[in-house]
Amino acid sequence: MKWGMVIDLQKCTGCGECAAACKLENNVAIVEPRESEMGRTMLWMDMLTIYEGEYPRLRVRQIPRPCMHCDHPPCTKVCPVRATYMNEEGIVAQIYPQCIGCRYCMAACPYTVKSFNWYKPSFPPGMDRATNPDVSVRPVGVVEKCTFCIHRLQMAKEQAKFEARDLREGDFQPACADSCPTGAIVFGDLENRDHQVNHLAHSPRAEKLLEDLGTEPKVIYLKEVD
Amino acid sequence: MEHASARPHPDAALLNPIENPGRTYYYIVVGLLVIILYTGFVYFRQLWYGLGVTGMAQPVTWGFYIINFVFFIGISHAGTLISAILRLSKAEWRRPITRMAEVITAIVLAIGGLHPIIDLGRPDRISHLFFNGRLQSPLLWDVASITAYFTASTIYLYIPLIPDIAILRDRGVKPRWLYEFLSWGWQGTERQHKVLDRAMNILMVMVIPIAVSVHTIISYIFAMTVQPGWHSTIFGPYFVVGAIFSGIAAILVLMIVFRKVFHLEGYLKHIHFNYLSILLLIMSLIWFYFTFSEYLTGFYGHEPNEMRVFWYKFAGDFAPYFWAMIVCNFALPVAILCNSKTRTIPGILIASISVIIGMWMERLIIVVPSLANPRLPYPTGIYIPSHTEWMLFLGGISVFILGYMIFARFFPVISIWEIEEGRHESAKIVAERITSYMPDPEPSATGE
Repeated sequence: MKWGMVIDLQKCTGCGECAAACKLENNVAIVEPRESEMGRTMLWMDMLTIYEGEYPRLRVRQIPRPCMHCDHPPCTKVCPVRATYMNEEGIVAQIYPQCIGCRYCMAACPYTVKSFNWYKPSFPPGMDRATNPDVSVRPVGVVEKCTFCIHRLQMAKEQAKFEARDLREGDFQPACADSCPTGAIVFGDLENRDHQVNHLAHSPRAEKLLEDLGTEPKVIYLKEVD
Repeated sequence: MEHASARPHPDAALLNPIENPGRTYYYIVVGLLVIILYTGFVYFRQLWYGLGVTGMAQPVTWGFYIINFVFFIGISHAGTLISAILRLSKAEWRRPITRMAEVITAIVLAIGGLHPIIDLGRPDRISHLFFNGRLQSPLLWDVASITAYFTASTIYLYIPLIPDIAILRDRGVKPRWLYEFLSWGWQGTERQHKVLDRAMNILMVMVIPIAVSVHTIISYIFAMTVQPGWHSTIFGPYFVVGAIFSGIAAILVLMIVFRKVFHLEGYLKHIHFNYLSILLLIMSLIWFYFTFSEYLTGFYGHEPNEMRVFWYKFAGDFAPYFWAMIVCNFALPVAILCNSKTRTIPGILIASISVIIGMWMERLIIVVPSLANPRLPYPTGIYIPSHTEWMLFLGGISVFILGYMIFARFFPVISIWEIEEGRHESAKIVAERITSYMPDPEPSATGE
């Protein structure tokens, strides 16, 4: 089993719904505007602004950018305490109580996907009582990032076990894929021939971010053709 | 006072600061303590609120703490490495220099070694490094090599200090218990000298590879990632060269300061400065050679991400620092030290201070630009260190000065017994050695 994600840029409108859904699902702290201006915005799913061509043929577009969950992750290689590691299902996970906050993984990540809790996570009034109970709020001083909503996987597995059946394709979807209004984000098992992602990943439109680094991302983009 | 009645020591100038510290000493100590206390408060604030009180953010997630870590550890190469090389190569002029150099190492290494801990988001979890450490991580290599270097260099400082402590003990300098305890029963017997020599020989051979490994491994922290500007095979030797370079500059500054303050003109003569500054000049040229190769290869490879970092340094936000670094590390010291007319003590002082500043900037230029230019198109801010980070930098320097002052208050900064030994034996040993270099007489002359 190898969880992966396909993002179809032909379907993606760049609305940012995935980023918002992710933030709420995973209790990602909402930092103050002043902090945000310093570059401390925390987003597990970020919208990358890509400029193509030059004026007057300039094209600007926004593409969703989760953690790439590389098969050869540069971040796990450098972690001194095994606070970030790749689990047997291919998810690059973070162990918050283990992290010492050295931020070496952040420096090593070529996609710059990791966020750091510079202060104790804060939420606007009211929202602090509405955090998702399935996801722990991180303590100050640790690194965090997209986990492919691993808590949903655990729940789906338990549910499947309870119903005495195998995990089905639709059982486990991360919040971003769930929320995408155009169905641009597809999630599933890259090694399972019955899963949609398996086919899409082999599409001629498939490409990976910074593919030449050899990190083998498990997030695959389907490029736009126009 | 007891020591007043003792016979005048031939090296009284070296004992004087220990026996009569003077009032200014305490004023400076109090001043430094105030700075250090305030730094402690600032650090406590950081512990309380989190690393948010620094200027670090995304994507520049490493700032002053890591820069100063690399910088301080670099300075620490002054000591032990240089003193070991000078001892090993039997350079007779080393005698008044080695101790000063070794003290730098011990103190600066302790300060530098603390910096990664200051930088941690969760210093309370430091024990994870020991119980759940991953040996594959370069950070763990660093923990190992810095610990080894600290252990070896403190022992290497202490062992040659024993006969001097015994001198102080015999003169009845207070606090007596301290010298009594630390002199370890030294009586100066032949056997004791033999053991001391043995121990020093083993240590100086051991310390050299350890010292080289320390800065190589620090460079590996950067070089083992795939980030542009860091992922370079030259980094290991480049860092080691930079470390020795800044280390020599630090020794020279300290030698000039001690010479002035303790009136050591009789010990630290112009020739010592001349030799060391020529070494500094050579290191400056080697440093430039490494810098040149590093950037030229990057430029010709012309990999787009590499070039972004390259131009960020050469003509972008970091250009002022980059060119200032070139001036401080290369243009200015070479201009001053090449000419024997300007290679005077004030000239050497200017060159050394310039090198120290330049090497600090080099660390800044290595750490920040690579982080500030991520591969993917993110909005990037500029890194501005906060008050906390500046204070911890200043605090680190204050701890160094205080540590050095405390050492100089209790122990001689120039090895008394080695100077004495030099007075008695050097000339003979050197003469013998030179005779041994001479070609053997023709066999026809001696034979038949």
